[in-house]
Parts: sequence; C-alpha cells; structure tokens
Amino acid sequence: MNDLATYNFAYLDEQTKRMIRRAILKAIAIPGYQVPFASREMPMPYGWGTGGVQVTASILGPKDVLKVIDQGADDTTNAVSIRAFFQKVANVAVTTRTKEATIIQTRHRIPEEKLTEGQILVYQVPIPEPLRFLEPRETETRKMHALEEYGLMHVKLYEDIARNGHIATTYAYPVKVEGRYVMDPSPTPKFDNPKMHMSEALQLFGAGREKRIYAVPPYTDVVSLDFDDHPFEIQSFDKPCALCGAEDVYLDEVILDDKGGRMFVCSDTDHCEDRRACGHAGHMLAHQEAAE
Amino acid sequence: MSTLPLLKVNDVSKFYGSRIGCRNVSFELYPGEVLAIVGESGSGKTTLLSCLSTRLMPTSGIVEYHMRDGQYRDLARMGEAERRFLMRTDWGFVHQNPAEGLRMTVSAGANVGERLMAVGDRHYGNIRATASDWLERVEIGVDRIDDQPRAFSGGMRQRLQIARNLVTSPRLVFMDEPTGGLDVSVQARLLDLVRGLVHDLGLAAIIVTHDLAVARLLSHRMMVMKDGAVIEQGLTDRVLDDPREPYTQLLVSSILQV
Repeated sequence: MNDLATYNFAYLDEQTKRMIRRAILKAIAIPGYQVPFASREMPMPYGWGTGGVQVTASILGPKDVLKVIDQGADDTTNAVSIRAFFQKVANVAVTTRTKEATIIQTRHRIPEEKLTEGQILVYQVPIPEPLRFLEPRETETRKMHALEEYGLMHVKLYEDIARNGHIATTYAYPVKVEGRYVMDPSPTPKFDNPKMHMSEALQLFGAGREKRIYAVPPYTDVVSLDFDDHPFEIQSFDKPCALCGAEDVYLDEVILDDKGGRMFVCSDTDHCEDRRACGHAGHMLAHQEAAE
Repeated sequence: MSTLPLLKVNDVSKFYGSRIGCRNVSFELYPGEVLAIVGESGSGKTTLLSCLSTRLMPTSGIVEYHMRDGQYRDLARMGEAERRFLMRTDWGFVHQNPAEGLRMTVSAGANVGERLMAVGDRHYGNIRATASDWLERVEIGVDRIDDQPRAFSGGMRQRLQIARNLVTSPRLVFMDEPTGGLDVSVQARLLDLVRGLVHDLGLAAIIVTHDLAVARLLSHRMMVMKDGAVIEQGLTDRVLDDPREPYTQLLVSSILQV
C-alpha cells in the first residue's frame, strides 16, 4: 500500500452501503413503496444516474458481471462512463450481453431479452413520485400513498384522453404494484411495462437527487393503470428493425440525412447485434455493409 | 324523510392558546336543512365551520355525524382514512376562493370527475357524461368541458367548484362565504342556482356568510355569532324580522336599503 488515498471497493464506504442495503431490503419487503435514504454525493452530476449508481455500488460483489445501458444502448456516454467507473473502483467484469450480466444498471429501458432468476435490474430514476405533477406537496402525496388515495392518478389519464382522444402518456406510465402502491416505473417507455409484470429478476429503483429507493421483487404483480373503455396499450411499430428485422421490439428513429431519410432500429443494441450474429437481416443491413 | 338529525354538535369550543376561536356551540342539523352562520369578521364563524368539517380539531366538545349505515360517529374519533373518505363522498366543501377547492391546471371535466375516480369509477365515457351533465346543471357550457378553470371567470369557477362537490351526491355541504368576491348580479345567479340544487337534491348545508341577504335567500335557520359564541338562533325570517339581541338588531339595521 502506498500513502495515496484509496477507494473502498465500489467507491462507497461500508457504512453507506449498509445503510443503502437496509433501504433496499425495506423496499423489497414493501413492493412499490418509496423508502427514503441518505443519498450521497457521487462523482457525477445529478441526473446522470447517481441513485442507480449508489444502488449498484451497494449490491455489487467482486464476482458480479455488470452491464450498463442508456436508452437501450451499451455504447452511449452515460453507459460507457458508468461502466468505466465500476471497472475502475470495483474492478468487476463488465459485459454488454444481457444473458451474461448478473447486474444490469439501466436508464430508460428494460432489455428485450427476458431476464431470468438471479439477475438484478437497477433503474436510474429522476422523479420517483408518480403523483408529483398533480400534487406538489410531499406531505400530501405521502398521505395519499398511505391511504391508497389514487383517484388523482386517473385524473391525469382522463386529461390525456380529453386532450388527445387516447392515453397519450408514453413513458413513466404509472403502474400499481401487488395491488397496493402506485409506482413510477422511471422514464421507461410504456412498451416495457408488461415486462415488469411477474418478472423473474429483481428490480431496484434508485433516485439520487430525490433520495428514494423502491423495488419490485421477482414474481410481483405490476399492472398499468387504465380505464375500462380505454385499456392500456403498448406502442406498436409499422416496420421491423431496419438492421436485424426484429418485430415486437422497441425501435429508435435515426435520421440519416437532411432530405428526410430515416431508419428505425432496435433501441436495445445488444439484442440487435445478437440477432444479426444469428443471421437475421433487416432491409437496410445490406446497404450498411455495402457502404462500409 | 328521516327525523334523526344528520349532525349533532354538542358544546364545541376551540381555543387558539388563550384566545377564543368559538365556545360552547351546540346545535343539531336535520337532513335537507340549510343553516346559516352569520356574524362579523373575527366572530368565530370560520373556526366553527372548520371544527365541524374536521379541518380543525375542536379543543372540547363532540361533533357526531349520522353515517349512511344509521350509526352516529364521533368525527374526532374517526381514523384519518375514514374521515377523508367521508369528506370526498358524503360531504362537500365549497371554499370562498375557488382556487383552493379546484385543481386549476386540469380541465373542468377532470375537476368534476376527480371524486368519481377517487371512489373507483374507471369508465372514461361514464365519467365524462356525468361531468358534462353536471356542468349543464351549474350553467357552464358543455363546450367548456376541456378548458382549465384558469380560463373561467370568478362566477364560473365558483359554479364549477359546486359541481365538483355535488357530483358524488353528498348529504351535507359546507360553504364558506360562497358568494364572497363576486359582483351582485353573479351573486344573484349563484344563489339562485344553489337554492335550486339544495332543494332538488335535498341537501343539508351549513353556510358561513357575513351577508344577511345570502342567509335570507338560502337558509331555513340561522345562528348569529359574536366573540366566538352563538348569541341568537332561530328561523331565518324570525331572526331577521324580529331580532331580539341588541347585536343582532345592530347587524340587521346596518344593511343598506337601496
């Protein structure tokens, strides 16, 4: 050992991890309930996933394999820097493959590949309170959760239909967990909501700035709120992925030129690469290879 | 009609430290009856209303409510969940300032529909139909259903607030200066509307007002308060035409005759 200051394994000191683990255990015991915790300053700005990073740091062990995604992609700034961070401070193995990962930290997506028992999905959450934009008082929202007064959540959906003719909320779509707490699934597209229902993997949510942790344990009921005459629907896409030809996946729009050219590709890059490696091809794949 | 009182108020007092909010108030309110509480500013009208509607806990005394199951319940001993449920189903509360009673950033339809959704209505079409029906009853054009109350005039806001409160067919409505801040012609329309609704729905209402004309038009019975105590009560016409207490006589004689 030299005299230079060193980091504890996974950056956070053991007392902090203990505190966060206690919050996580409580969150798992009460699915969907937001547990306050003493969020620490992290070496990255709020909004970059400080909540998710603290949860990951607290549950990470030396043998874990970490995957980090940002909007489904493994190669965007947020994903790359958080992955590099844990490589440096915890020296853990990292991967981009969903199957191989034991812990997946995510921002705004759930991987297309079905998660399995033993895997943990850690969400980065900006605003954990689903009632926030309807009721600004924290004292009141806590009371509403405690007394299960969720009529206001439907007021939001009512407004959507009144203005747009259909439920226009496409992300952060409110869900009811295990028939009790209404929860914000973080800004994932509502396309991913059905994947949360009865998931085999443990799902943990960390909001660093708002200092809240909540969780959905494996095999838990997660139901998206809706009206009887306007049932919950997920987004559907006209065309399959332009690169791998996948249908029933969430697609990103990519602008190709300034003449209106565009393509729709899988937002989950690992899923797309996997399919291409298996020989699936979309209509623009040949195109791309020719250009290369 | 049931002959049992809807609300039994027994010796209610509220002290703010050593100051008196209201003291030793007792009365009974029967279904379908409209009671006006009048008095000058600072006489304890609003404190009393807050104690009755569980917005404040009385320092002493008991307020009992005749629940739909026929039982009398002491409001102060009810759990918070039950009390809040009562407030949004069986009761209504009309604030003087509509901005306190409305959600200003959601549409008129959602404002009316909120209570329905809170009690578990999950059919958009039905909620909207009920909302537009109620807007019509309070004389707001159905084409305004998707406008926010921010775009409404003071009188419309107050009418919307009334619709929002009455949509769950409450049995008891509290009104705190419902016509305060409205000009006289709008006041007249509002009073007309409230009188019609109270009559049609058989509502019991407790109306706090400093305006004796409001009491005369709406209420069957009235209580006059001064310095926190009820100094005179009786049938509205009797109190206004034949006031017995010197203070009531002063109050009645200070109305401007045009």
